[in-house]
Amino acid sequence: MDLSSRRGLDFFIFCVFLSLFYGSRAEVPSKPTAGVTILPPIKPDSGPQPYPDDEKSNLPVFTMNYPRIQIPFEITLWMLLASFAKIGFHVYHKITVWVPESCLLVSIGLIVGAIMHSVHEKPPAVLSSNVFFLYMLPPIVLDSGYFMPTRPFFENVGTVLWFAVVGTLWNSIGIGMSLFAICQIEAFGVQDINLQENLLFATIVSAVDPVAVLSVFEDVNVNEQLYIVVFGECLFNDAVTVVLYSMFSFVAEMPVVEPVDVFLGVARFFVVGLGGMGFGVLFGFVAAFTTRFTSKVREIEPLFIFMYSYLAYLVAELFAISSIMAIVCCTLTMKYYVEENVSQRSCTTIRHVVKMLGAISETLIFFFLGVVTITTDHEWNWGYILFTLLFAFIWRGLGVLVLTQIINPFRTIPFNIKDQFGMAYGGLRGAISFALAFTLPDNITRKHLFVTATIVIILFTVFLQGISIRPLIEFINVRRTNRDNDTINVEIHSRLMEHTMAGIEDICGQWSHYYWKDKFMKFNNRILRKILLRDNRAESSIVALYKKLELQNALEILDTVSGDISAAPSLISLQEEKKNSTKPKKKFSASDLKNMHDILSKNMYKIRERTVAFTSKHALPNDNQRREILIRRHSSVRRSLRPGSFQTRMVPKSQKYFSLPPGESLNSRFPPTRRSFADDQETMSEVAYPARRSRFGKRSSSGAMMPLHRLDTLKEVSSVDVLNESERGSTGQDSQPRPQRFRRHLSAHDDNGSADNVRTAQDEVEEEEEDRPQASPSPAWAAEPRNDTPRNPLLRRPQWNDKK
Amino acid sequence: MILPPPCPAPLGCSSRRELEAQTGSTMGGTQTRVTQLDPDLVERTGFSPEQINNLHKRFQQLSENKETISRESLNRIPALANNPIRSQIIEAFFDKRNQHGSEVGSLEEITFEQFLMVMSHFRPPTVEMTDEEKEAVRREKLRFLFNMHDTNGDGTITLAEYRKVVEELLSKCGTIGQEAAKEITDAAMLEVASTNVPHMGPEDFYEGITFEHFEQILKGLEMESRMHIRFLDTATVHCGKS
Repeated sequence: MDLSSRRGLDFFIFCVFLSLFYGSRAEVPSKPTAGVTILPPIKPDSGPQPYPDDEKSNLPVFTMNYPRIQIPFEITLWMLLASFAKIGFHVYHKITVWVPESCLLVSIGLIVGAIMHSVHEKPPAVLSSNVFFLYMLPPIVLDSGYFMPTRPFFENVGTVLWFAVVGTLWNSIGIGMSLFAICQIEAFGVQDINLQENLLFATIVSAVDPVAVLSVFEDVNVNEQLYIVVFGECLFNDAVTVVLYSMFSFVAEMPVVEPVDVFLGVARFFVVGLGGMGFGVLFGFVAAFTTRFTSKVREIEPLFIFMYSYLAYLVAELFAISSIMAIVCCTLTMKYYVEENVSQRSCTTIRHVVKMLGAISETLIFFFLGVVTITTDHEWNWGYILFTLLFAFIWRGLGVLVLTQIINPFRTIPFNIKDQFGMAYGGLRGAISFALAFTLPDNITRKHLFVTATIVIILFTVFLQGISIRPLIEFINVRRTNRDNDTINVEIHSRLMEHTMAGIEDICGQWSHYYWKDKFMKFNNRILRKILLRDNRAESSIVALYKKLELQNALEILDTVSGDISAAPSLISLQEEKKNSTKPKKKFSASDLKNMHDILSKNMYKIRERTVAFTSKHALPNDNQRREILIRRHSSVRRSLRPGSFQTRMVPKSQKYFSLPPGESLNSRFPPTRRSFADDQETMSEVAYPARRSRFGKRSSSGAMMPLHRLDTLKEVSSVDVLNESERGSTGQDSQPRPQRFRRHLSAHDDNGSADNVRTAQDEVEEEEEDRPQASPSPAWAAEPRNDTPRNPLLRRPQWNDKK
Repeated sequence: MILPPPCPAPLGCSSRRELEAQTGSTMGGTQTRVTQLDPDLVERTGFSPEQINNLHKRFQQLSENKETISRESLNRIPALANNPIRSQIIEAFFDKRNQHGSEVGSLEEITFEQFLMVMSHFRPPTVEMTDEEKEAVRREKLRFLFNMHDTNGDGTITLAEYRKVVEELLSKCGTIGQEAAKEITDAAMLEVASTNVPHMGPEDFYEGITFEHFEQILKGLEMESRMHIRFLDTATVHCGKS
């Protein structure tokens, strides 16, 4: 720990001094660098004028024009500094387990602030109201909106909104009123704060931001309901807070408040919220519809997502309706359709960029919070601040208690007292509160007091609650959920249960969310998907999971042989390299695999939005975990193969794989028209296959080796052989023939055009089938029971063996 | 938005005694038949009298005021027509194993009481349930699912039985769905085998999923939040249409 933070610190100090050095140097020569209140989109105010006219001497050999780059330069340095801090935390991973990242960021900020303070340097005045609302808030909200676990959210949407809207109102009004009461006590000397300002302040401190809590929840696998309520609350609570904030800050400037204004305020509240929702949904659909046509311009595909959500945000700002609502609804609406429309790569890009932007914004705000805590002028009022803390606590606790009592009768699974504790204790205040307080208009007389109180409450909750919540949650043993659900059986049965529930509801004639979900899915499948998706064949989630598992398994197999591949990447045939010149080579095979999956089972009847794992605000959805599961699964499958288990009972079934009903060709079942893919490039390579196959189809055989198909050299072949040999050796010299090979032939059938692809990803199935053929234990692969399609080059595998 | 329908009375069968006490007053003149049916129905199914009332209305609607209900009447429910596993669901109602008894086999017609018994599998858990009770409820629900698979009642799910269900689940997908269903079932079956019998000798073969294995593989499945229906409590809210 010491080491890591020390190392990190060195970086910071270095950076800080660097920036300070240049910063102070810059101040001197530049004429009024007036606009240091930065307008962040890189906009140097002095314009491009490298050589001032009056110095008409010689051509200067070396010039420096710091003011020109000052603003973007300093912003970049600040970002770098914050990012280095993040790296630093993870050098020693145990810190972040026990101390939330936000705490660490704030601490670093405090240190930097102290340094700056000691050299009498002001922090850059980056954070103005406009900057915050137009540039820093959208990424944060986009991040949480985009990674919102959709299914649990819609299953609990009522509760989430209940807590977010009513809970926030409750907190704001409760805290505001009680603080106003406190203000009447003369001893504290804050009588000049009127009710409106108190309400405004209360709104600020009632914006919860439980990032730290969410990551803890995720680690200890708390039950889904609790997780989603906290997650959703923090998201929509921001929206409500900002609405209230703008309302109250408007009201706070009014000299007199008439009763009519209160009603107008309530009406406005609804207009703002619902209007935001409407704009969001509208833009979401437009975005989804646009991505339907982006298949030819993959490079800019991700851009649409950002532009449309940002547009939704800005338009909402324009009409002064809830922009957070707008952006959240926009992402929620489009996510499902967009992710099906765009290519895999674009999808990854989108997720990464969303994550990155969100993380940067939040990091900066927390970091800045630390700096400001030290450097800004504070107005300290014991009474007011302590009572703020107290009331924030009390009202939060009371609110959760009361609101749960009201909502519980409507829930299938009521919240128990432990859940309620989790919810109440998870009410950390964070970035949003700080930014709102910091950007308060200057005409509020007690602004400094408000900022100070907000910082205190943030520091208090982030440090105290943030650090203690993990032990507490573990101690009280909140109901947990097992989320390692990535097995086919579990998926089948959850689908089975869902259908059963819908059926039972139909039978007993009363409909709750299964019914509505069913209705929505029907509407979705009939209309929305047709309009919004390019390839609108629905797909069952079981099949989706199956595909996913298969694909990952295939990738894993790829990895196991990647020793060969990556060792000789240049061996990939030039032909393909040309085709995919813009892309990394390894991607190619992965995308091929995807194709194959699409071919295999694209037209299933219903896909359900499936959020695999909760994603914390600070991490991309974790593929590793799934991958591990798969690897485990794979190896367990392997293990079970060895002893050679299923025999007699499976025989009739397994024959299905080796012989088709006479006169029936599998090709007829897999009409080639089905081959339309997410990626045109992939389609291209797809089209190119037959030619290649005919060229070296003979060589390709073993499934695990599949990627080597496209390696066009003799070298590759030899490596195939080696692996093959070893494989065979381990299974004992053909005594246990690896029926993979069959299945491979079969799948080659499945889709004549892209046999290469099909094979690898099917590998798992093949593996799973592996035991069964043992019932007919002859060296079956040589016997080649299916010769109804001799044109398939893969069937000539024995020849290839001879060639060795 | 997707809030369940409004339901003024707090739900749950927290205290049966209390609810029984209420019965007389709340039901008044509107319904008398149910109480005549069987006074300890409340005790045995765990439903509140109001819930029983609602279900009874629905039952009569479905059976066209007869004493018993047959498969055909359930098959006629239009909302059910699109359910891919309709036959399994309906069959579950006529399965004697779902009657909390030890009998095996299937019935031709079911009475209201039997109807209730099947429905009682889907009662949501209450706050004050102990962990053991929850575990028992979970087992019961798993058993219900298991019975949906195990059509011949021999205590194991064979590959054929399993495949039947998966095919039904994917039955709206056309032929490729059927193909995928086969592969998926095979994969699933192998999964079961490899988790439950990790060390199988070369001569062994996996006959089918027993209930123990079934429990084992679905250990990670969250049932708490899923296999429940909020049975309506009030006599007024009833949106039955058939």
